Amino acid sequence: MSTLTALKDVTFERNLSFRKLKGKIFEILAFFAILLGIAMLLTLLVDVFLDGLPWLSTRLFTEFPSRFPEKAGLRSALQGSIWLMFLTALMAIPVGVGAGIYLEEFAPQNRITRFIEINVANLAGVPSIIYGLLGLGLFVRQLGLGRTLIAGAMTMALLVLPIIIVTTREAIRAVPNSIRQAALAIGATDWEVSRDHVLVYSAPAILTGVILAMSRAIGETAPLITIGALTYIAFDPKGPFDIFTVLPIQIFNWVSLPQPAFHGLAAAGIIILLIVLLSMNALAIWLRNRLTIHW
Amino acid sequence: MIRKVRPLFFLLVVVGLILSACTPAATQAPSEPGQPQVTVEKVIETQLVEVEKLITPTPGPVEGTILVDGSSTVAPITQAVAEEFAKVYPQVRVPVGISGTGGGFKKFCNGETDISDASRPIKPSEVELCQKNGIEYIELPVAFDGLAVMVNPANNFASCLTVEELKKIWEPAAEGVITNWSQVREGFPNQPLTLYGAGTDSGTYDYFTAAIVGKEGASRGDFLPSEDDNVLVQGIAGDTNALGFFGLAYYEENTDKLKLVAIDNGDGNCVLPDITTVSQGTYQPLSRPLFIYVNRARVDEKDEISLFIDFYLKNAGELSREVGYIPLTDEIYQLAQKRYDNRVTGSVFEGQGSTIGVSLADLLSKE
Repeated sequence: MSTLTALKDVTFERNLSFRKLKGKIFEILAFFAILLGIAMLLTLLVDVFLDGLPWLSTRLFTEFPSRFPEKAGLRSALQGSIWLMFLTALMAIPVGVGAGIYLEEFAPQNRITRFIEINVANLAGVPSIIYGLLGLGLFVRQLGLGRTLIAGAMTMALLVLPIIIVTTREAIRAVPNSIRQAALAIGATDWEVSRDHVLVYSAPAILTGVILAMSRAIGETAPLITIGALTYIAFDPKGPFDIFTVLPIQIFNWVSLPQPAFHGLAAAGIIILLIVLLSMNALAIWLRNRLTIHW
Repeated sequence: MIRKVRPLFFLLVVVGLILSACTPAATQAPSEPGQPQVTVEKVIETQLVEVEKLITPTPGPVEGTILVDGSSTVAPITQAVAEEFAKVYPQVRVPVGISGTGGGFKKFCNGETDISDASRPIKPSEVELCQKNGIEYIELPVAFDGLAVMVNPANNFASCLTVEELKKIWEPAAEGVITNWSQVREGFPNQPLTLYGAGTDSGTYDYFTAAIVGKEGASRGDFLPSEDDNVLVQGIAGDTNALGFFGLAYYEENTDKLKLVAIDNGDGNCVLPDITTVSQGTYQPLSRPLFIYVNRARVDEKDEISLFIDFYLKNAGELSREVGYIPLTDEIYQLAQKRYDNRVTGSVFEGQGSTIGVSLADLLSKE
């Protein structure tokens, strides 16, 4: 019996070192995978900052685009982006959150609901240019809104709607059923349960989703070019029914000019866009960490 | 062991990447923010004064919006004009879009824009669309552009090519056949040939194929196309086998990275594109006029359009040079102004699209 255990130990020992080696190899591979991602991001950032930092100044916020790089700014593009974000949020948030609540809390579990759910998830993966074409056909031409901020915002709202619906549903699903049952047990109606409990507890996660959806919208160019956002605008937009341009389009325009000075300006524009994006994402993370309720 | 090495390794890779990112930027750095910029500013100031001298209109309380869209090649000129125009008429807003010549005409012929930028004359299909929607237009030339044919600076044999040779390279039949420089001309080295060109949606591509191959839009398909000329610059600068074409303005900003090829139009004379050869029409067949098309009906509806066009034709010479294009002669600007004043509609090219080797002055003075 003692020889038997000794024999077992030998093969176990041999296998163990081999298994440990496999673990090490996997660790190294995984390490390189993360390294690659980070290194790419860093190269990109360093490159953009080296090109753009000399051009970064307050002038970018106060001046309109110009053919002289040292006089050119992002004023109209920044205003366009802010207007667009505001109008998009105004339209996308109520509709998106409402649809999420309905699907999670009220919709009957049947084929039609499942069909809608699958399609919403698929819509989140549709390339943005398709939304641009839809916006051009429907809002710009059919509804006769023209190449206005409101048409752009409606297109963007469609684009981010699936993201908001999906994150809202996930947030609502994370609220424990016991809460709903407790509220229902003391006589609350479905609407009261949703309004006073489910929505309140899931609000931080919904907000995170909304901010992430907005930060996707702020970086989009293709759908806005498709609906006819302009590239050179040297005046402040007057309201939702005015023509407009946005940050990514202005950056795109500068990159395509022959003079290298404009490429520096474009890099500075990218830095500003990055700062806006990162602060939006940081806000989302902060809100999640601060407001999330742990059950 | 890995645990100990990891931070060191990470640092090494990051530092390496930062350094590699630094090198190209460092070579550019002195030309960007440093001393030369001061001189640039000075030049610009004097140019500004000149432009202001040119302007002789009476600023009035005119209001309105003039919608311009179209060619990305012409856009820098229109933007420069709009920028100066705004100083005189701050109440008139002139936004400019870049949908490309074809995309611009689609919007123009749908009545969505007032003025369309175009890097080639209007095509039969576009004439038809405009007619169907009852849109009449006034065609006005605003500047010249030279299409430059470029190779890598390491290429020391191709300094002059004939139109015949370029046709042999670019015609549809060359696809997959002409793949080596030695096939282009006897005596060229045995070296693969890679081609770069403007994207097929651009007026630049239309004009080049019309001028070289003889049929607009006909070319081999196995070349690297890009709508962004800076991508083509990078491509040719990094490929010793390269041959490509794009607007002269992009060559002028990258003279150190590219080598210009002279063109022999069949008469044995090799001509390089520059201000004189392009504006006098000796650089053939790759000099092309750039246009704006004005919606005839809108001219009567919006007074500000006439102000803008007058301003455009007065200052286009000066401003087109500033943004890298070649001015028309004074005679042509005057003919264009007369054409506008008489509200002559239609195209002098009779809707044939890109037309090669004709004198604008002749065409305009015929009418």
